[in-house]
Amino acid sequence: MVTKLKEVDAVMVGMGWTGSIMARELTKAGLTVVGLERGGDIKPSEHFALPNVRDELRFSRRQELIQDPAMETLTFRHRPSESALPMRRFGSFLPGDGVGGAGNHWGGHTWRYLPSDHELRSHTLQRYGDKAIPAGMDVQDWAMSYAELEPYYDKFEKLCGVAGRAGNLRGQKIAGGNVFEGARKNEYPTPPLEQNLSGMMFAKTAAELGYHPFPRPSSNCSRPYTNIEGLTLGACQLCGFCDRNGCEANAKAGPHVCILPKLRADPKFELRTRSWVSRLVYDKAGKKVTGVIYTDTRNGEEYEQPAGIVVLSAYVFGNVSLMLNSGIGKQYDPVTQKGAVGKNYCYQLSRMGVTMFFEDRNFNPFMGAPGTQMVIDDFNADNFDHGGLGFLGGAILTCGHGDGRPISFRPTPPGTPRWGSAWKQATAKWYQHALSISLSGSNYGNRNHYLDLDPTYKDQLGRPLLRMTYNFVDNDFKLSEFCMQKAVEIARAMHPTILGEPRLRRGDYDITPYQSTHNTGGTIMGLDPSTSVVNRYLQSWDAHNLFIMGASTFPQQGAYNPTGPLGALTYWSAEAIINRYVKNPGLLA
Amino acid sequence: MADDDLNSAEEEANMPTPPRRRFLLGAGTAVAAGLAPAVHAQAALPASARSAEPETLLVLTAPEAAFFSAVADAMIPADELTASGTDCGVVSFIDRQLAGAWGGGAKLYRSGPHRSAKREYGYQLSLTPKEFFSAGIVAANAWSRKTWKKDFDGLTTLQRNEALKALEEGKADLGHLSSRQFFEALLELVMEGFFADPMYGGNRNKVSWKLVGFPGLPALYTKLIVTYRDKRYAPEPKSIADFS
Ligand SMILES: Cc1cc2nc3c(=O)[nH]c(=O)nc-3n(C[C@H](O)[C@H](O)[C@H](O)COP(=O)(O)OP(=O)(O)OC[C@H]3O[C@@H](n4cnc5c(N)ncnc54)[C@H](O)[C@@H]3O)c2cc1C
Repeated sequence: MVTKLKEVDAVMVGMGWTGSIMARELTKAGLTVVGLERGGDIKPSEHFALPNVRDELRFSRRQELIQDPAMETLTFRHRPSESALPMRRFGSFLPGDGVGGAGNHWGGHTWRYLPSDHELRSHTLQRYGDKAIPAGMDVQDWAMSYAELEPYYDKFEKLCGVAGRAGNLRGQKIAGGNVFEGARKNEYPTPPLEQNLSGMMFAKTAAELGYHPFPRPSSNCSRPYTNIEGLTLGACQLCGFCDRNGCEANAKAGPHVCILPKLRADPKFELRTRSWVSRLVYDKAGKKVTGVIYTDTRNGEEYEQPAGIVVLSAYVFGNVSLMLNSGIGKQYDPVTQKGAVGKNYCYQLSRMGVTMFFEDRNFNPFMGAPGTQMVIDDFNADNFDHGGLGFLGGAILTCGHGDGRPISFRPTPPGTPRWGSAWKQATAKWYQHALSISLSGSNYGNRNHYLDLDPTYKDQLGRPLLRMTYNFVDNDFKLSEFCMQKAVEIARAMHPTILGEPRLRRGDYDITPYQSTHNTGGTIMGLDPSTSVVNRYLQSWDAHNLFIMGASTFPQQGAYNPTGPLGALTYWSAEAIINRYVKNPGLLA
Repeated sequence: MADDDLNSAEEEANMPTPPRRRFLLGAGTAVAAGLAPAVHAQAALPASARSAEPETLLVLTAPEAAFFSAVADAMIPADELTASGTDCGVVSFIDRQLAGAWGGGAKLYRSGPHRSAKREYGYQLSLTPKEFFSAGIVAANAWSRKTWKKDFDGLTTLQRNEALKALEEGKADLGHLSSRQFFEALLELVMEGFFADPMYGGNRNKVSWKLVGFPGLPALYTKLIVTYRDKRYAPEPKSIADFS
């Protein structure tokens, strides 16, 4: 028996970054909002308190804050011809769970995508002609330009107190910032964090080689900051435990620090935790959804929550799974290449880098934060000429320390055994003296990379699991090869005592080691309903009162991490809902 | 350095085989009997770790404890840098991990069907970690008996190293289990025990943190990052218990 509840103006499915932002904007505009969250609530002052927040085993290894795969996971295969198997443990990526979502345990790198990222297809065709896009690759333009989204990027940065240095203020290039970035109206809210020696050494050499190093923009506030909600963030303690952990200093931006105190105090908002949405109620003929069905995991009962507007903010996988499990839109088919739901699943190229060992330098690798890194963008996106290179896209090259937690961070020179006395000696000798240049690369759509429902495996609610078909392809290998050459060039010029083996992107995708929780696509945005799932305002083509938030709307993945853009998109969509949709419900043109 | 390694390996190889179940008698017994190679490292342990009282275990059987102890001591041998893996608490750590939620299969999707798969598909067995290690130990000991006529913990130091290497390279015949997979799981668990916060039972006396120079807590570095730029910051490490 499903208990039908009283209708509200809007319901959020998932209360992480995007659900929190959207709920706040809609309640501010006078709407009544219910936030449904699968996991429990979190109180940073209790759950992220010293000393227990500094526990690498619990948070990094046993994944305390991460989605429980026993409840819901994905299945995986490399290619459409194989049968998929479940991801029985999360490894390659770590989806969030509980109020705050992955916003509790993200690292905080906060980017704006480049103007060319927003217009990837037209930009590529214009610069390199129509043969530049290889067969099987699918790249599309975003549904809005960088310039259109700029004020919303700005707003998200002011929500988070992002620490950074501008490289392009209103068209004026500024050395020391990212000179490749799109024009920004304002400087970053807080100055960059103090860098450690490693970042400074990298930046010095990179600059000598003619590149343009800058501090990595990050939502690790460098000083106390009062955000646009009137909430105050603390200063980052550079504790070295940041990603996968909560923050005791309230310096890492997240829904709990930046929004939820205001939202919880608003009588128009109601938070319901342990409320796991199984599907949306779809009125296909009426081209709308009438509400959502969820299971309260405390009593196992099912409820229907009717709502005027439904917002999917359940991370990439939750969003796509709910679309497919509710029968909304057409499933993408790799053979006919028809249908758009599940299309253009993309990832990010990571675990690439080169480690250097400096006998006479002391890095104190445990001091730092995700923001204590220097970056060069010279080989990202189309910031360099791709003529004759045979691949599209690029990578950012970064260097710095910020997570010297010793279960995971124990670099040793090539040839060192992995255990025994020689291993121990090398570990003791080099822990202080190693640093890496890391690469994070873009990843573009491919006709054989997509999400659909698995025919065999089910979640705890009895729904089919989402199935991922994905692998690395030629473009990825070439990109990795090219950018690694540049990294090694810089590494050599830094004159290390020992230079490690470059870690290239080679072979099949392996779901076990952590790579990044920067999954994208599946409900992509666009101007054409046959090749996209949502329009320019992230509104579903198939249900006009359904809006989809998050990186599932990205047509492809850039080299940057996705949260800056997805935060900006949420503000952009909220404004359209409030100013246009609520007044005149229907498909927004 | 390479020569030193050779010498110490030879020396160890000539040592008498530690008695089976040595672990259960407590590390102190080994010290008293003159079997522990790094007495000065032992001396650095707190009195409790050196006591002759048998270790209290939660779930490991005697052969399992002896196996883990032998593996921990091969992976983290007693030397001039640290006490042995067992004396650093690695077996206690493993016992508690396997007794707890993780050992029982928490955060593991366990629905079937189960099929064998390429390594890139990750763990695909229906076994919980506790069951997996139990099965692995039975198989590894059977293989060890077939090869050396003794359980793994009865092997000499050289033989243990040889056996672990074979496991690591996928050359040990563990029947239905994968040698490489078992080795990787062992290595991961031993290293977690060695480097995790001491409150979990391993890393006794913060031995690994001292080894590498990881200060632990409180980790408030806003000022220190500047003061100690290119200078080693190596205070006496502090753990969660020191602030509880
Ligand atoms: C370790 C780690 C480090 C990261 N570092 C960075 C970084 O440095 N920079 C960056 O840009 N990004 C980073 N990310 C990614 C970042 O966390 C995400 O991009 C961001 O949180 C996405 O916001 P979201 O609202 O889409 O999803 P989330 O914030 O994850 O929120 C989704 C919420 O929906 C809930 N939910 C899901 N399904 C349902 C359902 N059916 N019913 C009810 N609720 C549901 C989930 O429990 C979750 O709380 C990192 C992620 C991880 C895991």
